[in-house]
Amino acid sequence: MLKRFLALAMAGTMALTMVGCGGSGANESAEGGSDVIKIGGIGPLTGDAASYGVSTKNGAEIAVEEINAAGGVEGMQMELLFEDDECDEQKSVNAYSTLMDQGINVLVGSVTSACSIAVSGESQKDGILQITPSGSAKECTATPNAFRICFTDPLQGQVMAEYIQQQGLSKAAVIYNNGDEYSKGIHDAFVEKFAELGGQIVADESFTTGDVDFKTQLTKIKSSGADCLFLPFYYTEVAYVSEQAASLGLGLPMFGCDGWDGVIKQLNGDTTNIEGGTFLTPFVPTDSDEKIQAFVSAYNEKFGADPDQFAADGYDAIYAIKLAVEQTGGDLSNDALIDAMTKITLNGLTGDMTFDENGEPNKSAKVAVIENGAYTAKN
Amino acid sequence: MDFIQQFINGLSLGSIYALIALGYTMVYGIAKMLNFAHGDVIMVGAYVLSVAAVHMGLSPLMSILIPVAVCMLACTVLGVTIEKIAYKPLRNASPLAVLITAIGVSYFLQSVALLIFGSNQRKVNSVIPKFSVSLGEIHLSGEAITTLVVTVIIMICLVLFINFTKVGKAMRAVSEDKGAAQLMGVSVNTTISLTFAIGSFLAAIASILFVSSYGFVGPYSGAMPGIKAFVAAVLGGIGSIPGAMLGGIILGIIESMAKAYISTELADAIVFSVLIIVLLVKPTGFLGRKTITKV
Repeated sequence: MLKRFLALAMAGTMALTMVGCGGSGANESAEGGSDVIKIGGIGPLTGDAASYGVSTKNGAEIAVEEINAAGGVEGMQMELLFEDDECDEQKSVNAYSTLMDQGINVLVGSVTSACSIAVSGESQKDGILQITPSGSAKECTATPNAFRICFTDPLQGQVMAEYIQQQGLSKAAVIYNNGDEYSKGIHDAFVEKFAELGGQIVADESFTTGDVDFKTQLTKIKSSGADCLFLPFYYTEVAYVSEQAASLGLGLPMFGCDGWDGVIKQLNGDTTNIEGGTFLTPFVPTDSDEKIQAFVSAYNEKFGADPDQFAADGYDAIYAIKLAVEQTGGDLSNDALIDAMTKITLNGLTGDMTFDENGEPNKSAKVAVIENGAYTAKN
Repeated sequence: MDFIQQFINGLSLGSIYALIALGYTMVYGIAKMLNFAHGDVIMVGAYVLSVAAVHMGLSPLMSILIPVAVCMLACTVLGVTIEKIAYKPLRNASPLAVLITAIGVSYFLQSVALLIFGSNQRKVNSVIPKFSVSLGEIHLSGEAITTLVVTVIIMICLVLFINFTKVGKAMRAVSEDKGAAQLMGVSVNTTISLTFAIGSFLAAIASILFVSSYGFVGPYSGAMPGIKAFVAAVLGGIGSIPGAMLGGIILGIIESMAKAYISTELADAIVFSVLIIVLLVKPTGFLGRKTITKV
């Protein structure tokens, strides 16, 4: 407890020093200039969740450059203004105010769920179109002006329940992180859907954040008669579970959620114990799809790394805005853009999608399989 | 069948706690201070092992021995350095000041690891050859067997060392009465440094076995096992070497059983409750009366 307190205190101090350096990117372009679409972006560029925000920003930048190079939208160029929120709700709202002062037309963000919810409390008052690329909590789209690109947590659970049963497996064992909303959200929806489809949850085990020993849970699962193992949590723990399952001789096929992205790197590329593991993901960089390969090479050229799902979500968010602006014929008023969002069909990197009035995307799930030390897309 | 496997899980978990607890109890027994940085020395050892194991190209045997040797050396040097810099100037200060300093050292090591290696968990390859024993449904991993055997051997060696060698006698003398020991010609500072060297050497062995069992290390990897091992040491009677062993094993089994048959979320709460109950009934822990410091 003391450790956590100290960590928070240190993070707070760092945050304070960071704030002083922010906001230097303010753009002083002409008031009400109709030749530029100003897109505000919010996400963590520093701190623990920095990789999510940086990826999203990078992905969005590539989309903006592509669109501008191709002549812009309805005769207008796009401009991306990105603010750091350090994955902190209060800072996220502050970042939103900064962006509004700079006269943004549309908001992409925030990247993380809690921040996105906090910002939509404010953006709702202004009525501006808000698209969160990766805020997966249900409440992220609670306000009428908010849309999202990614799957919701419950949807991930439902989709995986269906997918697992399609593989002819009907006795599932589940382990989840009881201290994490994301894991719990997927778990609850999975358990409900799996039973609804006629399957049986033969073991339902939990752990708490920071646990490294899963042998007890796996031992119970081993004698439960399960024919598959569903692991809805992040890659760090997935790596532990896969190794310990192997040492206990469990030998069950493993399934997971988009938090698995990164597990191969975590295992140093040695995927012996997780071979065949299948997880839901919006984006696999090795997908042979032409659009995806073009994005991957552009990203590699500009940032020297392979893009992840956050980069793809950021990219798709920008293209959703492009389509919405085309739909309104260049009208940048809030109501017109929000209305246009429900009419567009986006052929994005993370799948073909349309949006309903609740701001939810309708798109098909993509599944990645871990094969020979790499993620392989499987549709 | 399930029960036996859970018992074995508890045993393998407990032997790691026991191994860490040996280091705690050793330092406490002689130097009379709680080295809260012990768990973090283990974490540093695990990082050293992971870095040293990368530069291979040697024969299989050497590629195990060299990282292990580097890890042991690094931990021992680190332990002695910490003692010299942080604890020695406080030799005559109140125990509370030393305790706070130890917590400070713990945070310092964690922050340094965070700065160098980042917050992600890092994979460390096991240095224990892969083998396992299976009896029907029961699986006993090579790591678990090795840990248990090593812990028992170390416990026996430590008891023999402290009771039957000259240096061991000096350690007991220092723990009894520093002033009197000095008057008898025992170098208190050297003896305490040596105690830390041995304690940190034990931390190195614990880190090797810990990462071999779990496969990953992060900046906070040493914190929780460190606290649990401290509980184990207190449970067994802090200062008592066989007590640390017993406390560690009992703690591991209680934790495993609590997770299996009561609740995974409550397992830690149960573990700490057991500590409170034992201390209420027997304040010196299981083997507290026979502590080596009272010989």
